[in-house]
Amino acid sequence: MSEQTYEIEIEIRNPEGLHMRPAMQFVDLANSFESNISVGHQDVSADAKSIMQMTMLAATCGTRLKITAVGSDADLAIEALRDLVDNKFMDDPDLAVGEKEG
Amino acid sequence: MKLADVICQDAIIAQLGSGERDAVIEELVQSLGGHIKMKAADVKALAKAVIKRENEASTGIGKGVAVPHVKHKSIREPVAVIGCSQEGIGFASLDKQPVYSVFLLLSPASNPDKHLQAMETIFKNLQKDDFRRFLRQARTPEAIIEAIKDADDDSN
Repeated sequence: MSEQTYEIEIEIRNPEGLHMRPAMQFVDLANSFESNISVGHQDVSADAKSIMQMTMLAATCGTRLKITAVGSDADLAIEALRDLVDNKFMDDPDLAVGEKEG
Repeated sequence: MKLADVICQDAIIAQLGSGERDAVIEELVQSLGGHIKMKAADVKALAKAVIKRENEASTGIGKGVAVPHVKHKSIREPVAVIGCSQEGIGFASLDKQPVYSVFLLLSPASNPDKHLQAMETIFKNLQKDDFRRFLRQARTPEAIIEAIKDADDDSN
């Protein structure tokens, strides 16, 4: 399998930002690929397969992140992750389950 | 942001009374509520909301730590408390291992950016092997406060 590198810039558009639940979705999806995937925000780079590192990005709504994938399925990984972000993480389940109730 | 800015140090529990997740959450919310002058009804509602959130998806992220949290309208500024257990708590963690250090975070409902900043501060430090180890070895609130201070100094 040939190594390939793909990179895109995405923007977080969920009002609540990339909080823990969407970050977990992102990590789960990233883990389904063989490629090494990193997510960069300013001078911080996080391993897309680590929930601890992804939560550390503190990506608020409007934050632009650079996703880099290196490996045999890098193109597929980038495409899938972009779709997830574009769909606002399936509309951010947090908003639907009433985390703000009380 | 520093850990000391978000953690209510007086509310820290070095030896949690239970090894059961919901009881631990209630104990931590109660302790926090007592120190930030929370209404009794809010304490109850918050504990319930944290447990509900936890039931939807575990915040046990592995390596013996869990970060249960909720956003709630009664909260003005993000505030967190640490609870440690020597026996370990079942938290349905990602790595299926028990949890020894719990960071419970309560955030305002109307300021998602502040919640993310508080989470960033907590996770940035939880990634440090030393910090996790010190927390796990701590038997007194003073030892936990010392670990927080060391971690904050280290972040400078």
